[in-house]
Amino acid sequence: MTAPVGFLLVSALLFAIGLAIALIRRNAILVLIGVELMLNAANLNFITFWRYGANPEALTGVMFALFSIGVAAAEAAVGLALIIAVYRHFNTTDLDRIDSMRG
Amino acid sequence: MTLRNLVHCALAVALTFAGLAGLYLELGAQFVGFAQILVYVGAVAILIVFAILLTRSHEPLARSIVSPGWVASGLVAAAVFGILAWAVRSSGVSAPPIPPRPAVAVSQIGDALMSKFVIPFEVIGLLLTAALVGAVTIALRDQRSRK
Repeated sequence: MTAPVGFLLVSALLFAIGLAIALIRRNAILVLIGVELMLNAANLNFITFWRYGANPEALTGVMFALFSIGVAAAEAAVGLALIIAVYRHFNTTDLDRIDSMRG
Repeated sequence: MTLRNLVHCALAVALTFAGLAGLYLELGAQFVGFAQILVYVGAVAILIVFAILLTRSHEPLARSIVSPGWVASGLVAAAVFGILAWAVRSSGVSAPPIPPRPAVAVSQIGDALMSKFVIPFEVIGLLLTAALVGAVTIALRDQRSRK
């Protein structure tokens, strides 16, 4: 197996695991972790295609990965603050019990 | 993913982030690798651990850690991985010869950040500031109204 395919497969596996966590687990913090894993899979793809792509001197993939890391950090901070606020209100982080808007 | 203890999950995810940083270093992107270590292993993992400790409920553990439709969700995730792996394997991306490792100095990244990518750089600075101020506001709101 040549190098870019290996990295892309690792990225796909990471994305699938993140998706599975976000869909399966009931805890809100773990759903956020799943989203972070999916963002990291995208970053790995950016770096891989920058490394094996046509024009690595342009630095575009590296820049996009850096900005993506920054956005992911902001998203984690806001998401965890929201989870803490929801926990204060409902006294649980179990997503199946936060159902006051269920019709 | 199947761990029951939330703190174990947080530690496992920190390990995953560290491994990803290793992959970035392997791919020759030193700056991104170290940024990954600093931001994810250093900041996001600690933030997750703090959130877990702050929201640790005293109620007994839930009957089940997975949501009711977990079989269908697992099938969807497996199907997504299958489709992605099939697409990667069947694309011709493995054909080109391995190019030489691009030597990217950190100073080049700094130059690019300050010249070509200066607008996105400013925008992400603004976004981070706004997001962190918003996070503090959201997390503090209850206490202020209770006073």
